[in-house]
Amino acid sequence: MFRSKTFHGGIHPPENKHLTRNKPIENMPLPQKVIIPLLQHTGAICEPLVKTGDMVLQGQKIGESKANVSSSIHATISGTVTSIELYPHPILPNNIMSIIIEKKTEDAITDRVNIEKTDWKKLNAQEMLNKIKEAGVVGLGGAAFPTHIKLAPPADKKIDALIINGAECEPFLTNDHALMLEKTNEIIEGLQIILKILGINKAFIGIESNKPDVITKMQSILELCTLYPVPCTVKVVPLKVKYPQGAEKQLIKAILNREIPSGKLPFDVGAIVQNVATVFAIYEAVILGKPLIEKVITVSGDAIKEPKNIRVRIGTPISKIIEFCGGLKDKTAKIIMGGPMMGMSQYTLDVPVIKGTSGIIALKPQKEHIEDPCIKCGRCVDICPMGLMPNHIADYAEKDMFELCKEYGVLDCMECGACAYSCASGRPIVHLVKYAKLKLAKK
Amino acid sequence: MESKLIVSASPHIKLDENTQGVMGWVVIALIPTVFASIYLFGMRSLWIILTCVITCVITEVVTNKFMLNKKAAKPNASPTITGILLAFCLPPTTPLWMAAIGSFIAIFIVKQLFGGLGYNIFNPALAARAILLASWPAAMTTWIKPVCSWAGSDAITSASPLAIVKMKLVETIPSYSQLFMGTIPGSLGETCKLTLLIGAAILFLKKIIDWRIPFTFIGVVALLSFAFGRDPLFEIFSGGIILGAFFMATDMVTAPTSTTGKLIFGCGCGAITALIRNFGGFPEGVCYSILFMNCLSPLIEKYARPKRFGLRRKA
Repeated sequence: MFRSKTFHGGIHPPENKHLTRNKPIENMPLPQKVIIPLLQHTGAICEPLVKTGDMVLQGQKIGESKANVSSSIHATISGTVTSIELYPHPILPNNIMSIIIEKKTEDAITDRVNIEKTDWKKLNAQEMLNKIKEAGVVGLGGAAFPTHIKLAPPADKKIDALIINGAECEPFLTNDHALMLEKTNEIIEGLQIILKILGINKAFIGIESNKPDVITKMQSILELCTLYPVPCTVKVVPLKVKYPQGAEKQLIKAILNREIPSGKLPFDVGAIVQNVATVFAIYEAVILGKPLIEKVITVSGDAIKEPKNIRVRIGTPISKIIEFCGGLKDKTAKIIMGGPMMGMSQYTLDVPVIKGTSGIIALKPQKEHIEDPCIKCGRCVDICPMGLMPNHIADYAEKDMFELCKEYGVLDCMECGACAYSCASGRPIVHLVKYAKLKLAKK
Repeated sequence: MESKLIVSASPHIKLDENTQGVMGWVVIALIPTVFASIYLFGMRSLWIILTCVITCVITEVVTNKFMLNKKAAKPNASPTITGILLAFCLPPTTPLWMAAIGSFIAIFIVKQLFGGLGYNIFNPALAARAILLASWPAAMTTWIKPVCSWAGSDAITSASPLAIVKMKLVETIPSYSQLFMGTIPGSLGETCKLTLLIGAAILFLKKIIDWRIPFTFIGVVALLSFAFGRDPLFEIFSGGIILGAFFMATDMVTAPTSTTGKLIFGCGCGAITALIRNFGGFPEGVCYSILFMNCLSPLIEKYARPKRFGLRRKA
């Protein structure tokens, strides 16, 4: 159907996207209580701008940092700050200072944000970057790097291509798919905003070819509208369905055939990658002046009663979200924040959805895989998208020989989990890689 | 909501496959040849195969329990494979006690002393055969004519096709179809190429073996035989090349894991086999070539690494 591009290596895990594929995005009713961690991004933690007992309005900035790399935090519902305390975080190992806001029925506050449209074509790059910064937009693909910094690369790096990441290669997740289908025009407008900020005129939208409806819709809209800046080329690139197709390095390799050198970043090869959800957040920030207070996520998995694509307020505890989706089928389950390949399993359902959350997956307890000795079948070596030898890295990590792990490229590993997924001996390769990285960082 | 949550490192999904499954398929792939060997050489084949398998399994279970102290050591098909493969490279007239000693050597010395499954350097079946050959050279090189009947009959000694060529004997060289169907003198499981290739096809379909080792092995043998003025087709279908290339050189534990490593390994096996056959003292070289490359395997593994993403290939 489409000629699709790809990279070397990779795996084909069962997609399981059918559970939520054709479900429209449903708005979850506003929660009574939200927990907003002051650190939801890569960079410095925010200082709270409010104190216990304060009334806050939806969209009001409640956390900020003076540090260069950081991103502001906003109240996602109107209500009263009931406490500012250490609270479990869905991604970070330690408890993080969080602002807890509770909605009180007597508060007569209208839940509306400013929806006056701004004509972004009249704004210059710096003004738009400020709007993005004010809105607290971060990369929503996973790393949550502040977007206003990513879009202002150092002057000596020449950027010539923007890549919009709509690959969505993680099994189960359909949140980007749903967003691209429902907000196609907005995403294309957001793309043009980024092109203007970067001052370039070439963009690619990479979408795995298991989403033909989105590919066709994007292509037909692109054909009809005149894009700004003139002249510019925006191409939809169908990608082969393969995990991890949406990893930044693999995506750039597939679309531009450029290989990011070990330890370097996309702008070293002249490219900037933005996730579709980030592009939509940029659109909302620049045109509507709306801060990043809600997120489209997929709630799915074989242990959830009603899998859905939902729009939730950041800070909503995942217990409430699971309740909204019919609850769990069993008492015992594995709750994963993110996709099943790279997501984090949670030890409590009190943790909130944060900016970078793409989905909540509930899985039934699986057949226990007993670890056998490595029989050196070499499958992990064949499929490693980074061309590493995961078998040796795991061996050396197990024996605490971290320097050898480094020589075998453990620091290049992005922990995509393709090796551990395919290992016939059931070795916890990613676990050992994380251990080796931690030990190397401490040295 | 009271729920019990399971916590572990990512990834949270797993390919439903384990080493038991992989080994089970190897056993299935070997079964057609087991039947072929019984048909070709009579019931004595079955007794040799059973002796080898039983001795291997007992040795493995006992050593796992008392020596390696592997509490969770589950019974797996690995010693069964070793037993069948060892039986396949023994002559049909091998005394059962010799087969039993060979099996013990294969599991105890070659595998368990090195740490058990996954840690052995040499292919257990081949190393055991080499030791038997050095210990009882006469018994290990006595071949019989195939009897081709399920009932079995008395054995008539004969020379193997490669020996006919090597020693320039007067006996007639068998035809290609005889070589392919296995109605020639030889070790139990090496003669019938038809069933071996059926087994190899099963392994390919299940993606258990990779094409690189067997095809470079066979290709290099064909090429060098041609260069030495020997008939390439005859070389490939006589002796143990098909058995060795598809079932022994591809033994995962003793071969390199990277794709380049596999190519080097296969080429090495092929080259040494052809050299031994042409210039060496033995008519056949498959066993020693694979053992020799097994020695080199860790070295190949160290230097023939895959091309790392974002790094230039080192010269």
